Order: sequence, then C-alpha cells, then structure tokens
Amino acid sequence: MLRLEPRSTQSFAAAWLSPVMALVLTAITGGVIFLAMGKDPSTALYIYFIEPLTTTSGLSEVAVKAGPLILIGVGLSFGFRAGVWNIGAEGQYIAGAIVGGGLAVYFYESESTLLLPAMLVFGMLGGMAWAAVPALLKTRFNANEILVSLMLVYVAELLLVHLVQGPWRNPQGWGFPGTRMFPDVAIMPLLFSGKRAHLGTLITLAVPFIAWFILAQTRFGFTVRVFGSAPLAARHAGVHGHRIIWHSLLIGGGLAGLAGVIEATSTIGQLMPNISPGYGFTAIIVAFLGRLHPVGVLLAGIAIAVTYIGGEGAQISAGLPKAVTGLFQGIILFYLLAFDLFTRYKIILPSRRTAAQ
Amino acid sequence: MTELIIASMMTMMTAATPLMFAATGELICERSGVLNLGVEGMMLIGAVFGFATAAVTGNASLGLLAAGASGILASLIFAFLTLTMLSNQVATGLALTIFGTGLSALVGFDYVGETIDRIAAIHLPVLSDLPVVGPLLFGHDPLVYLSFILLIGVALFLNRSRWGMILKAVGDSDVSAHAIGYPVVLIRYAAVAFGGLMAGLGGGYLSLVYTPLWAENMTAGRGWIALALVVFASWRPERVLFGAILFGGITILQLNAQAAGLGIPAAFMSMLPYIATIVVLVLISRDVVRIRLNAPACLGRPFRAER
Repeated sequence: MLRLEPRSTQSFAAAWLSPVMALVLTAITGGVIFLAMGKDPSTALYIYFIEPLTTTSGLSEVAVKAGPLILIGVGLSFGFRAGVWNIGAEGQYIAGAIVGGGLAVYFYESESTLLLPAMLVFGMLGGMAWAAVPALLKTRFNANEILVSLMLVYVAELLLVHLVQGPWRNPQGWGFPGTRMFPDVAIMPLLFSGKRAHLGTLITLAVPFIAWFILAQTRFGFTVRVFGSAPLAARHAGVHGHRIIWHSLLIGGGLAGLAGVIEATSTIGQLMPNISPGYGFTAIIVAFLGRLHPVGVLLAGIAIAVTYIGGEGAQISAGLPKAVTGLFQGIILFYLLAFDLFTRYKIILPSRRTAAQ
Repeated sequence: MTELIIASMMTMMTAATPLMFAATGELICERSGVLNLGVEGMMLIGAVFGFATAAVTGNASLGLLAAGASGILASLIFAFLTLTMLSNQVATGLALTIFGTGLSALVGFDYVGETIDRIAAIHLPVLSDLPVVGPLLFGHDPLVYLSFILLIGVALFLNRSRWGMILKAVGDSDVSAHAIGYPVVLIRYAAVAFGGLMAGLGGGYLSLVYTPLWAENMTAGRGWIALALVVFASWRPERVLFGAILFGGITILQLNAQAAGLGIPAAFMSMLPYIATIVVLVLISRDVVRIRLNAPACLGRPFRAER
C-alpha cells in the first residue's frame, strides 16, 4: 500500500505544478467529452484553448473578460487565506454595479469628468456594503458567512431586475428591461481604437501587484497569512478574529463591487438584468487556481478568460452549448483539489519504507 | 375559502418536499462529520438526469431512479476528493456545485421546453374523497409520502439504531471511532452517498413533479436553503420537518401575495425565501452554545488514519 506522510512545509513545486496539471488534464477530459458529443476533439480544443490567443482582438477580449475575474479573485483570495468563505461575490458585484451605475442613471445628462471616478468609488462602496451584511451577521450573531453571502446573491439579482424593469427603466427603451445608456463621461475610455480593451483593464492589471505588496509587506498582510496557516497561534499573538472577518469581506466585496461597476461602465454601458455571466462564482475557481496568491490569480484569471472566449467561439463556430465552459471550470477545480494532496503530503512507496526501517 | 386554504396547504407540501429530501440527506452527511456544500449541484444533476430519463423512456418513475442514482454518482466525486484525497471540504463542495451547474446545463440543453407526464397524485378510494382531510392526508403525490417515510427512517436510525450511534460517533470524534475499530472513511463514504441520493431525489422532485420541466438553474438556491435548514434543525432530523414546512409556507405565501397583487413589487416578494433563510440563520446561530453542543464536533475536518 502507498502511504501518506504529512510534509512539514507545503511543497512549493507541487503547489505551482498542480494548477498546470489541472489545466492539462481538463483539456484531455474536455477532448473525451467532445468525442462523446460527436465533435472532433482537436478542432474543439483548438477553438477553446488556442484560438482566442491567436488574434489581437481575441487577446483584447481575453483581457476584458479576465478583468472582473482577476479583481474578484484577488479580493476573495485574502478571505480564503484567512478561512473566511465569502462565496457571494456575485451579489457584491451586482451591488457595485447598482450603486455605481445608479449615479449615471441619475446624472444621465452629466458632462462632468468627475462622474466616472465617482462611480468607481460608489461601486466599491456598494460592494463593501453588500459584504458588510455577512460580516456583521457573522461577527455579531455567529451566522455562517457562506450561506448569508450566498443568499444575498439572489437578493441582489432580484433587486437589479426590479430596478431595471421598474423605477430605473429607460423611458425610451420600448419596454425592454434596462436603464438609459450611460452618458459618454461615464464610459471607460478605450485603449486602442476598434478593440474593447479599456482603461478599467489597466486598473485590473495593477490591482494584483498592489495586493501582492500588501500581503508581503504590511502588517495586515502578515496577519492574514498567519491567521490562515495557524489560527490558534494567531489568536495567541493577539490577532482578533472579528477584525480579520471584517477586513476579508470588505476587501472581497469592495473589489467585486469595483469589478461590477467597471463592467457596467465599459462593455455594457448601462444596467440590465444580465450584467454578469457568473463572474462572482468563476472567480472562486480563479482564486484557487491562482493559489490564493495575487500574481497567481492574475495568471489564472487570464487562463479562465481564455476558456470563456473559447466557449463563445465554440458556440458560434461549432454549435457547442455555452454550458461546456461551466463544466470545464468545475472539472479544473476538481483536478486542482485532487493534486493538492501532493503539496501537503509525501507519498511513501512501500519498498522505501521497509528499507528505512 | 376552505378550498383556497386546502389548495395552499397542498402546494405548501410540494414546495417543502424537495427541501425535506435534500436537508435530510445533508443532515446524515454532516452527522458523519462531512460538510458537503455541493447540495445545489447534486440537486441540479438529479433534476436534469431525472427529467432526461423520463423524457426518453416516457416513464417518470424511471426518471426518479435516475435522479437518485446520478445524485449518488455526483456525491462520490466529492467523497473521493475529500475523504481519499483529503481535499478541503468547503472548496470541494463549491466545486461540485459549479460542476453540477455546468453539467446539468449541458445535458439539459436539448430538453429545454420539452414536457413529460408528471408523477401523479395518489388516489385512494373513499379516503382521498373525504372532505378536507381527504386531499390533505391522502391526496399528495407518492414522493411527499416517501420524503416523510425517509425522514422518520433517518430519525429512528440516528436515535435508536446501533449504526446510527456509530455514525454520530464518527462525526463527533473520528479519532476515537477509528481507535475502537470502526471504518471511519467507509462510513463517511456511505453518509456522503446517502446525501447524494437524497439531493438527487430532491432535484428529481422539482423536474418530475413540481414544475414538471427542465430549466437551467431551476433549483434557484434550494440546495443552499437545505444546507441552512440543517443548521436551523440543529442537526436533529425531526426539526427538519418544521423547517421545510416553514419554507414551503413562505414560498406559497409569496406566490399568493403576488397573485393577490398587494402592490409590493414581485421582485421583493421573490426575495422572501432568501431573506427568511438569513433571518432564521441569525436567530439560530446567535446561541453559540447551542450550536456548539449540537454541531458534529468533527464537521468539515479531514481525517487521515494514522495506521
């Protein structure tokens, strides 16, 4: 029998090899699934994983899609490190879009250049407010933050639907659910003409490095790391659990809210019911795939964005249902979690064990 | 008026039944010390495979079997990862829900908009025709009764049987249970599989009886509400019944209020079950001692046999 022996420290090589292995094995599994669906696996895999990277517009689209995933993923990784399970980022994203986008709905004739920055700030605050509910209920009443934050996703979705169908509906929208189009000053400037990559994409790329600095260099980053790896030791050292819960949720919610308002002010340009293709949930996978490390999250966000764009391409050119993307995301996480065994344990072969004894 | 009340109570039971199935299953799973957050995913998998089977074979009972079986298979992925590969239970449960959402959407792609013959309500001669008590006691579909029987069975199993004691021991102290010689991992595999079966049946109930049709994400958070119900029930099966009926009642109240047109926007009424879940969680969880006394001590902790 094989035997497991705990490692004294996590294996660095195994920790970073497992996401790569997970991606490779997901591609292989994907090939099998395509074969079972009667599609040519090599063509389908090419469309999914390679084609988005072959054109400049494809790359631009990947950057646009990766943006919200990275922002939310970085935010969540703080909490996940500390054992605070905020899985309602989808709701915080929507709340950010509502609060930030609401400014543009009320000032729809504005020509002020301050509108966009104000919207970004309001978006962050909206996401933080939405995340403050599970933080408050957890610290004050011990209510499980997983369930509370998740329930608030449904509440946020319904609130958005209500707003865009009712009080905020575009009076010139022929009854379609959706607000007025935002004024030009509330739209993210494009980086290149003809491509959808925008200023928000740049903000997104900067955030992981800021987060890396905070995690590695500040006292707060240190407490997050200690609290995650040794909660008991952290408590003895005077780290307050409640404070970690508040900080984790506010950071996660703030960045999710920022992602929501950036999305509303860039690719969409208004508020409407489907402002998220599940970014808040996919970002959970991105956070894990990136090993809860800001720079890892950056890479993972790009990798997962490729499958999103590939999924859209496959839907158009190969008639594959979009749901395949979601299936792939689940499978990636399964493989990753399985491989993590090797970062925490050594596999001892029986022959070596007898030799040692 | 009586007819309206009876009709409301009937629909309340059908709204409570999927929650009863899923929460009863998760309760056994958590009592063995395993927290499976994949209930929503397993329900979706059960719903889609149940519906697809019923649509292809034309037999809703076969569909129900497929729903339960697919729920078990999905839960075994979770069991392998958490119990054999010792992965984090929270992360793995989330992965199962994401996986189930994707898989069910893919499998169900061709079945959107199709219809099937739902599993019909039973009709007992004389008894079902009695006024008031007839429909309330003898007029439901068979699965409502099955969910009651399974709930009672689980209550008896946990409180009265030797194996129920062993299951609780495994959940409260895996190390001692292992030291006495019980197969901790095997028992947990069985508990997780039971949870999968019940979540699958709960999902199958939605697509085979409740609606009956398939739509993407049709569980709409019921798997998560079932998880909250287990906390609400303080891990006691008999209390699951109250919780499920409470939520069934809220669902019906909300639907009736929308139909009556009270002037409250529909979206706010639809929020009720989710907000009620949060309120219930807060009310139950604020009593920290009670949670600590009732929650399985090893809940969510990985277990590795030391030899």
